[in-house]
Amino acid sequence: MKTFSLAVNALRRDWRSGELRLIAIAVVIAVASFTSVSFFTDRVLQATELQSAELLAADLVLLSGRAIDAGLIERANAAGLISSRTTSFRSIVIVAEKLQMAEVKAIEDGYPVRGHLRISNTLFGEESITTELPAPGTVWVDVRLLQILNIEPGDQINLGASQLTVSKVLTYEPDRGGDLFNIAPRLLMNMIDVPATELILPGSRVQYRLLLGGKLDAIKQFRQMIESNNEDDLKIHSIRDARPELKSALERAEQFLGLAALVSIALAGLAVAMSAQRYAIRHFDNCAIMRCLGAEQSTITNIYFIQLLILSVISSLAGCGIGYIAQHGLSALMSGLTPEALPAPSLLPVATGLLTGMITVLGFAMPQILRLRNVSPLRVLRRDLAPLPLRGITTYIFAVVALALLTPWQSGNIHLTVYMLLGIFVTGLILTGSARLMIHWLNHLRSRVGVAARYGLANIARRKNQSIAQILGIGLGVMVMLLLTLIRTDLLESWSNKLPDGTPNYFLINIQPDEIEMLQAFMQQHAALTTDIYPMIRGRLTAINGKAVNPNVYKDQRAQRLVSREFNLSWARDLQAGNRLVAGNWWSAHETDNTQFSVEQGIAETLGINMHDKLTYSIAGQDITGEVTNLRWVEWDSFNVNFFVIANPGKLEKYPGTYITSFYLAADKKKLLIDLVKRFPSVTVVDIDALLSQVRIIMQQVIKTIEFVFGFTLLAGLIVMFAALQTTHDERIHESALLSALGANRHQILASLIAEFLCLGLVAGVSSAFSATVVALALAEFVFKMDVFINPWVWLIAPLICSLVIVLGGLAGTRKVFNTAPMVALRKI
Amino acid sequence: MQSTSRPVVQAEKLGKQVLSPAGQLIILQDIDLTIHAGETLAIVGVSGSGKSTLLGLLAGLDIPTSGRVFIDGTNISDLDEDGRARMRNQRVGFVFQSFQLLASLTALENVMLPLELAGAVAPDIEARQRLTEVGLAERLQHYPNQLSGGEQQRVAIARAFAGKPQILFADEPTGNLDQKTAQQIIDLLFSLNSEHGTTLVLVTHNPAIADHCERSLTLAGGKIIAS
Ligand SMILES: Nc1ncnc2c1ncn2[C@@H]1O[C@H](COP(=O)(O)OP(=O)(O)O)[C@@H](O)[C@H]1O
Ligand SMILES: [Mg+2]
Repeated sequence: MKTFSLAVNALRRDWRSGELRLIAIAVVIAVASFTSVSFFTDRVLQATELQSAELLAADLVLLSGRAIDAGLIERANAAGLISSRTTSFRSIVIVAEKLQMAEVKAIEDGYPVRGHLRISNTLFGEESITTELPAPGTVWVDVRLLQILNIEPGDQINLGASQLTVSKVLTYEPDRGGDLFNIAPRLLMNMIDVPATELILPGSRVQYRLLLGGKLDAIKQFRQMIESNNEDDLKIHSIRDARPELKSALERAEQFLGLAALVSIALAGLAVAMSAQRYAIRHFDNCAIMRCLGAEQSTITNIYFIQLLILSVISSLAGCGIGYIAQHGLSALMSGLTPEALPAPSLLPVATGLLTGMITVLGFAMPQILRLRNVSPLRVLRRDLAPLPLRGITTYIFAVVALALLTPWQSGNIHLTVYMLLGIFVTGLILTGSARLMIHWLNHLRSRVGVAARYGLANIARRKNQSIAQILGIGLGVMVMLLLTLIRTDLLESWSNKLPDGTPNYFLINIQPDEIEMLQAFMQQHAALTTDIYPMIRGRLTAINGKAVNPNVYKDQRAQRLVSREFNLSWARDLQAGNRLVAGNWWSAHETDNTQFSVEQGIAETLGINMHDKLTYSIAGQDITGEVTNLRWVEWDSFNVNFFVIANPGKLEKYPGTYITSFYLAADKKKLLIDLVKRFPSVTVVDIDALLSQVRIIMQQVIKTIEFVFGFTLLAGLIVMFAALQTTHDERIHESALLSALGANRHQILASLIAEFLCLGLVAGVSSAFSATVVALALAEFVFKMDVFINPWVWLIAPLICSLVIVLGGLAGTRKVFNTAPMVALRKI
Repeated sequence: MQSTSRPVVQAEKLGKQVLSPAGQLIILQDIDLTIHAGETLAIVGVSGSGKSTLLGLLAGLDIPTSGRVFIDGTNISDLDEDGRARMRNQRVGFVFQSFQLLASLTALENVMLPLELAGAVAPDIEARQRLTEVGLAERLQHYPNQLSGGEQQRVAIARAFAGKPQILFADEPTGNLDQKTAQQIIDLLFSLNSEHGTTLVLVTHNPAIADHCERSLTLAGGKIIAS
């Protein structure tokens, strides 16, 4: 208790004298950026997902293999949610002698909960938005089914035991599913007509969905309730499962935000560590006196520990307050993007923010504070008796533990965290190494420069450890700022370039081998388009390494779906643009002896396929087995034709297959499609215009978010630089006063300060340009999977900005020297 | 002899006030003083009586809030900070209680510093000479933290005499030293002082040290009470 009141009094004193302000500011920034960033990652991405709800036809979709029970619907309604059920299954549609497998979806009032259906009265006719459902006794079918069965609106079809009338052409359905080309033609019917078809029997494969809509909070709560109840026949379907194109965009955004958050905490931590160092040095005398007066070492530690704890709580709360205000700013930024205002933030960020602040302070400041217990009471007699400097390892251990405690909340991505820590570590090494080299070299230079510069250079060398720490702090700050700038620019650019005007908005599928040439000629003649055509063969994965594949062993719904149906294979001689090998090698043209497969990384993960596994596909009743010789990453958000599994040439050609192509057609040329379908009746047109514009909107939002978060990280970087400079301000001010007493004029003092700051800035700038380039390349290659263009100007700009900021910041921090009498400054020791 | 020497430092109605949380605090008041070339003057008084403040004003380390200080006939208040710096560099040397060496420089570099600041031609030759005079010829390349208190103060004395100042200001130069070392430092200071013919102004609260000086004045509560 005595210690506590001692600590409180000391805190009050130190606060008044301004000694703790920098630590407090660093914590405030750390916590503010933490809370805002966690808000961004959480809520904005959530809002973005909501925005994408259009593509799900709902805010939340629950899937089940059994009919949705009434109790669940009641619960949803009680939670203030609107709901609508759908029932989907595959069935044969019969018209005269023609049979066709179709994807049937039965819907009821309220469908779709989000988004709209679009229909037309005739094939490629005027499209219109509708809020109605197919009337009982009628169905709406898509262009493909019309083409295949060669029917028109008004014709009759047979579905199970029922005969139904085709009343409209279905042109757009928000939740038509992930794979645009894998699905059978579609048929939409009224739920009332389902029993009469007698198609749903025990054991038949039917998917029941409950589409839900409502306020963000209510949806979130309901989702959490479902998740925690762990009702195993209920699956939650989110936008990520629905659209691989969005998946990769959202994942990159999340990764970037995670990185930015992590980095701002690490930087703020660094700032805390550096200000704590200054604080500790300023308190050596106090501690020596206290020790002299009989304070035990533990008392000293406790006093400062309690002081820091109180400080961290207070400044964390202030940081939370700022974060809270920033959240409001963000809501304003986001308004208009979401149909609803974002919900008021919960108290959770305050709790995590508080914890973050405390961990940051204790993790990064404690090692310095622990030094104080080792102050020798003898210092009272000999002031230059400072406790041993910290062993680097102590600082690192505390910092790494603190970061490790903080990261799980920030990024669920272990890769990113590891790369980030590795990046910091490597940068630290580079910076320390180059700082040592420079100090060594400068010491040689010392005898050859003028007195002012000599004094500046001598300072760098004498304050060796501090100089290294400063270069480290400043360099890391600049490195991170550069890194985020580099990545951000490329990330944003790659996104805005990703879907340029002219991105394919139509796909042609079902092209027969003998139609290829004619079709290409047709496209060339009528639309001046050269089209790449890819082969497509339907096959079902039957065995992996000779073991039969059983859909039921997969927990993942998507995996079950993927192995229980046929999907598209292709063959290719060359690796397609927008694909990147992540394991193994691409085959060369003459490797035709064995069958080889190239598998997309994501699907390999989902299905548990590894390099060198033997995959057996059943194609048109025949088994073909080949080895996985490489894994690919695919840029799905490019909207190009891509395949999950590709074989080497010469193996699949003999099986019956069709071809696929994609192209861009301006809205006013849409008429061409009618000619095309007439000319090539078997070819099916898939329109993805609506999907494209949706994805574009979402990317715009993500870009805005990233810009905002980026600002915070820059702030954290600046604080580190500031804190690093601050660590030696006291010494500089005192020494400058002494120089002045000995007769140095302002010009000479200024020159010595500039010499010192300039050297620090140049070294920090060059080394950080180097590390930023390396880390950016690594992140681009291994995490973001994109091409980063490293602007060579960073080598000039980084040292320039670095020196400028350090010289200006340093002079601003020590400007006192120039307007105080030397007597006053000399007294202060 | 005194009357024939010219005055090097003159103070007229010198006063210093500072703004403290409790209001205006008067540290020095109505100080009239003339220091002649070559004389040795002790300023004595209890702690807090204003000795260091007076010394700082006389040396041009600070400017008075009232009255005037002349060094070699120049009013220091008329000079800007750079002008005062030049003045200190050319005419004044310092020895402080807490040595005030630059920790980043070696003993030799510390002594060279005022010479270099003045633009001397061969600063290291004179600096070596000064350090030899104080008995530290062997410790030229040592850093202050490698030297004992007494040795540090010797370096400070060597630095004070570098550049041949006319007047030396010493603020309790032995305050941080043991008695034996203190005596050695005082002896060194006085012998160098007479050797160089410098004017010495020495602040002390030790009457024995004050007795070494030709003249002494006593401060109390910011005023001269005996002279
Ligand atoms: N800048 C200042 N601000 C407030 N008080 C000061 C300042 N400088 C000196 N003092 C006060 O003036 C008095 C005289 O100080 P000083 O000249 O250092 O005394 P001495 O050297 O005789 O011990 C002391 O009480 C001291 O606290
Ligand atoms: Mg004093």
